[in-house]
Amino acid sequence: MDISDAQLNESSPFNERAKLQENILEVNNIEVVYNDIVQVLRGVSLHVAKGTIVALLGTNGAGKTTALRAISGLLKPENGAIKEGYIKFLGKDITNKLGTEIVRHGAVMVPEGRRVFKHLTVSENIKVGSITRRDGSEKINDDYQLMYRHFPRLANITNRMAGYSSGGEQQMIAIARALMAAPEMLMLDEPSLGLAPLLVKEIFDNIVQINRVVGTTILVVEQNAKIALEIADYAYIMESGRIVLEGAAEDLKNNPDVKEFYLGVTKGGGRKSFKDIKSYKRRKRWM
Amino acid sequence: MKIIRFFLTKCSGDRYIAMSYFFQIVISGVVVGSIYALAALGLVLVYKSSRVANFAHGQIIAAGAFITYALTVWASIPVYISFVLSMLITFCLAWSVERIFLRRLIGEPIISVIMVTIGLASILDGLIYLTPFGTENFSFPSFFPQEPIMVGGVSISWTQLVGVIITFILIGGFSWFFKKSTVGISMRAVSDDQFASMSVGISVPGVFGLAWATAGLSAAAAGCIIGNITGLNFDTLHSFGIVVFPVVILGGLDSILGAVVAGIIMGLIQQFAGGYIDGNWGLNGTGEVLPYIILLIILLIKPHGLFGIHEIERV
Repeated sequence: MDISDAQLNESSPFNERAKLQENILEVNNIEVVYNDIVQVLRGVSLHVAKGTIVALLGTNGAGKTTALRAISGLLKPENGAIKEGYIKFLGKDITNKLGTEIVRHGAVMVPEGRRVFKHLTVSENIKVGSITRRDGSEKINDDYQLMYRHFPRLANITNRMAGYSSGGEQQMIAIARALMAAPEMLMLDEPSLGLAPLLVKEIFDNIVQINRVVGTTILVVEQNAKIALEIADYAYIMESGRIVLEGAAEDLKNNPDVKEFYLGVTKGGGRKSFKDIKSYKRRKRWM
Repeated sequence: MKIIRFFLTKCSGDRYIAMSYFFQIVISGVVVGSIYALAALGLVLVYKSSRVANFAHGQIIAAGAFITYALTVWASIPVYISFVLSMLITFCLAWSVERIFLRRLIGEPIISVIMVTIGLASILDGLIYLTPFGTENFSFPSFFPQEPIMVGGVSISWTQLVGVIITFILIGGFSWFFKKSTVGISMRAVSDDQFASMSVGISVPGVFGLAWATAGLSAAAAGCIIGNITGLNFDTLHSFGIVVFPVVILGGLDSILGAVVAGIIMGLIQQFAGGYIDGNWGLNGTGEVLPYIILLIILLIKPHGLFGIHEIERV
């Protein structure tokens, strides 16, 4: 029984990829149920290789945020739980573990909508991210200084109440706060949400820089498929609680379906206007 | 003290007496006010992190005072040690209260948690009535010289002086803790955004437990100091839990500085009303009423209290 299972897994495409690269995160066939009745994820599997940037794309309500919360142990506040499958991070089983423990293991999430501590100053926001660390104040202080090198904009507003800073600055604060936990893997939930295109570019540049310089593995959830595929090495596309497509970011960028549905480009190569896809959308809604 | 002496040397005769009377009232206002502030601190700590008004706070204050008395008089432990010991015991006591009764209520509506604290107050009442403290009055043996310190015509007793000093040390310590230490900042973070706190790995139940425990610690200190000044009467002590509510509201519910300033304002108003208005123009008991009238007026002008935080709204 065990042997046949192992043999079965041996031949699966996941394991072949796993052999090539060391996976830092392994999500295996998880099902997430809210309030014991609403099933949001239906057998989601994904793998994140160490040191890479992986994007998880999809439309509203596809279950991207739920997947991220399942990994970071933050389903409880919403009354959700992983009912099937398992999640392994750095070889340890973290299925349904508490958020605090998962941060300690080295996986930190930047929540959707930034969620900075509005009534704390910028420097307090960043400092509090180190709460789970036990490696001495010297290292923490070094990392704290490093944050201002990653995000020079924040160096000028250290004493400002975080709630009064701009959307882009708040996103930077939230990322810096998460990085203060010295994570092995950083998860970002919609970092582009509500930001001007130029700022989105700046934030994504920062993310790439952190990946290159610090070596932090990054898992980013995005609706903005275009920019996410630009920085990602590998990507998954979700729809109604399932992974429907996955592949190297380069391949996905050239995939005709992805082009049409997520990048707004038709087969002819020109941009499609909203007028043309409207009928399709309406039909889809009635189905 | 020097300022008082300076002013007093300028005066003579009737004016001298009037001035020393004035300073006497200022001093006792500050003493009463700082004790209010210390008693209010516990309420602020709990409210700050969990948005819960703790109606059992007065009982915890009383328990702290009684534990100190029991340790000092019955177990004859030196007062310095028993003071610290009782703070530690109440720290653990309040932490276990949170652990046993309130932990399972996290995520429930805040009003249910408040109802639980009211129930808790009754339970603690019942428990304390089982001990001799519930019905009898005790008073601490005097630890300090009996004769008050006299500056000109103004007197302050050693007990009051030491009480005020301890109060300010504790309040300073707590302010530092919340401003500078990562754990203190994390407690403020939880009051700001619980979900975000969890995402950076702050243990929200842990923070609630710690808030209750530190509130217990400050309540024990307050109870001890009050008990030393007024004597150990259960009714007086546990009513402090309610008396300080206006102080907390005036200060803005979640600000330590607010509690201190509001406490001293309330103490001064009370003493001045008692010292100058009572007995004149056929008025009596204004000391009890005037603070509330002023409280209402200030809240009309500043609805968030003196130092309360405004919600930051950005779109």
